[in-house]
Amino acid sequence: MDTELILMQLFSGVALGAILVITALGLSIIFGMLGVVNFAHGALFMVGAYAGLWVASLTGSFWWGLLVAPIMIGVFGMAIEYVLIRPLYGRSIDDPLLLTFGLSYVLVEGVRIVFGSDGIPFPTPSSLTGVVDLGVGFFPIYRIFVVGVVFLVVVLLWLGLEKTKFGLIVRAGARDPAMMKVLGVDISKVWLLVFGLGVGLASLGGVLSGPMRSVNPEMGALVLAEAFVVTVIGGLGSLVGSIIAGLLVGVVISMTALFAPEMATIVMFALMAIVLMIRPQGLFGKLA
Amino acid sequence: MTSPALTVSPSASARKPARFKSLVTKYRVPLSILALCLLPWLLPSKALAVNVLIYGTVAVGYNLLFGYTGLLSFGHAAFVGTGAYITGIAIGQFGVPWYLAVLMGVIGGALLAFVMGALSTRTRGIYFSMVTLALAQLVYYVALQTPSWTGGENGLRGFTVNKINLFGFEINFLDPVNKYYVLMMFAALALWLVSRILNSPFGAAIEAIRENERRARTCGYNVERTKLLSFTLSGTICALGGTMSALHLAFVALDSLHYLSSGMIVMMTLLGGASSFFGPFIGALVFLVMEDVFSLWTSHWQIIVGSIFVLFVLFLPKGIWGTFLTKVMR
Repeated sequence: MDTELILMQLFSGVALGAILVITALGLSIIFGMLGVVNFAHGALFMVGAYAGLWVASLTGSFWWGLLVAPIMIGVFGMAIEYVLIRPLYGRSIDDPLLLTFGLSYVLVEGVRIVFGSDGIPFPTPSSLTGVVDLGVGFFPIYRIFVVGVVFLVVVLLWLGLEKTKFGLIVRAGARDPAMMKVLGVDISKVWLLVFGLGVGLASLGGVLSGPMRSVNPEMGALVLAEAFVVTVIGGLGSLVGSIIAGLLVGVVISMTALFAPEMATIVMFALMAIVLMIRPQGLFGKLA
Repeated sequence: MTSPALTVSPSASARKPARFKSLVTKYRVPLSILALCLLPWLLPSKALAVNVLIYGTVAVGYNLLFGYTGLLSFGHAAFVGTGAYITGIAIGQFGVPWYLAVLMGVIGGALLAFVMGALSTRTRGIYFSMVTLALAQLVYYVALQTPSWTGGENGLRGFTVNKINLFGFEINFLDPVNKYYVLMMFAALALWLVSRILNSPFGAAIEAIRENERRARTCGYNVERTKLLSFTLSGTICALGGTMSALHLAFVALDSLHYLSSGMIVMMTLLGGASSFFGPFIGALVFLVMEDVFSLWTSHWQIIVGSIFVLFVLFLPKGIWGTFLTKVMR
């Protein structure tokens, strides 16, 4: 096995991991702030991919799809929070989970009605096709682009959470929502925005992953399981955990695909089982 | 999970409904078996009745964990599917007699439930649902990647059971009515077992954990071990349901292991009413009848069922039977 092949596979693991990172971050932010595990996250990832494809075909430009679809689905996510999830605050923590599971059923079937049950190819934008020689091997430009976008989004997210007033409110609200209310912050508006942000991240992941695979109504099912594995390994609610675990899982999957392809989907679950045995709260999670 | 102190409110107005309730509770197993005996003659097709029987058994087993122990598992399809696969493989590839194959399926499902339970009950709260889902997906992918055993994506075929020898009688198992009443014995066994479990001190212990885990721990219950036992028992009954479906269909679909199948079990249980004895069976009945009716109108019946489920979570979280008990039979 030559090093060039291993390096290329390692890089494609990082690209795969980048998608996982952004999806798991959305899940983790929503959980950290609202205490809701969004079971529709995979379905919204899929809806985001379709929305990106739709906008791209309407405008004739991938870039509009990449920009507009996450905002569109993010707003849709806010509507979901406002109409469906808000009535469930204060009830059992299982209720939002059950509701979003039912919602994922509706979303998947809705997409089947609108776009059909078969997969649709998502063309890679012409400016991002091809490979680039980085001296150690040839890497697909689109995957480099994906890693770059995710890196940018993570940096922006970090700056937004650590350096802005809104980020301060979000972090404080995650710790003590009652105190935030006492201090006169309309916490329900913050929850609305955070849910929209989390859903927007999922759909950005969907659009980005589109050209790397075809788009079909069932794609969200695997994504949800992967996002769960990543957040369980990283620690639910920990953003650093999501980033590191996402990259780790991506690299482990693609390295396994190189040596034992039939084990590729199995290995991440095994990884999760091992982490659970050693650190049930996840690598970066705090004990409840 | 914190819940207010358990207060037993003296119900002043409760006369007749209370008596009705206690009578129903006392005779819940004979009553449900009576209902099951009548079921195939009330439903449009015998195949639907057999499905209700199978999923009712699965949902009743699942509810032991979800409704009574308060643990929301999204991985119970793994036990249903494992029970079905082991039964199918034992009959089809090893020529094992059907009753032994059923036993092997149930034991295999129980062992898997023990292992998955040991891993997942280490986690708390919301993690539990995610971990059970992920571990069940592991089982799904293992089945997908071992086609020489499981048939992979095409599912498992080639183990049709034509005749069943029962207490010296030879029964034609291809006849739908015979099939229903043979499988009904398994369902009745499961119902009796769950009823016994709920009446036992262990049944009180799991409900104590659901209501207030910390208090149960303070009272001296070994919470981890109780959860694990409940998980294993619940998985075992689901595996029994799986073996029933393998006998019924002479086919095991790969999708029976997918977490969407787990979700279907959750939906049935909640529709009927978790934490009630009859709820899950009623939920399975309603879900499958809805599927039967709506799929005549549209191939997109899932959008209707999903919407109805969302409305139930929002407005009737106690399900059909649970709401009936609290609202009507107060």
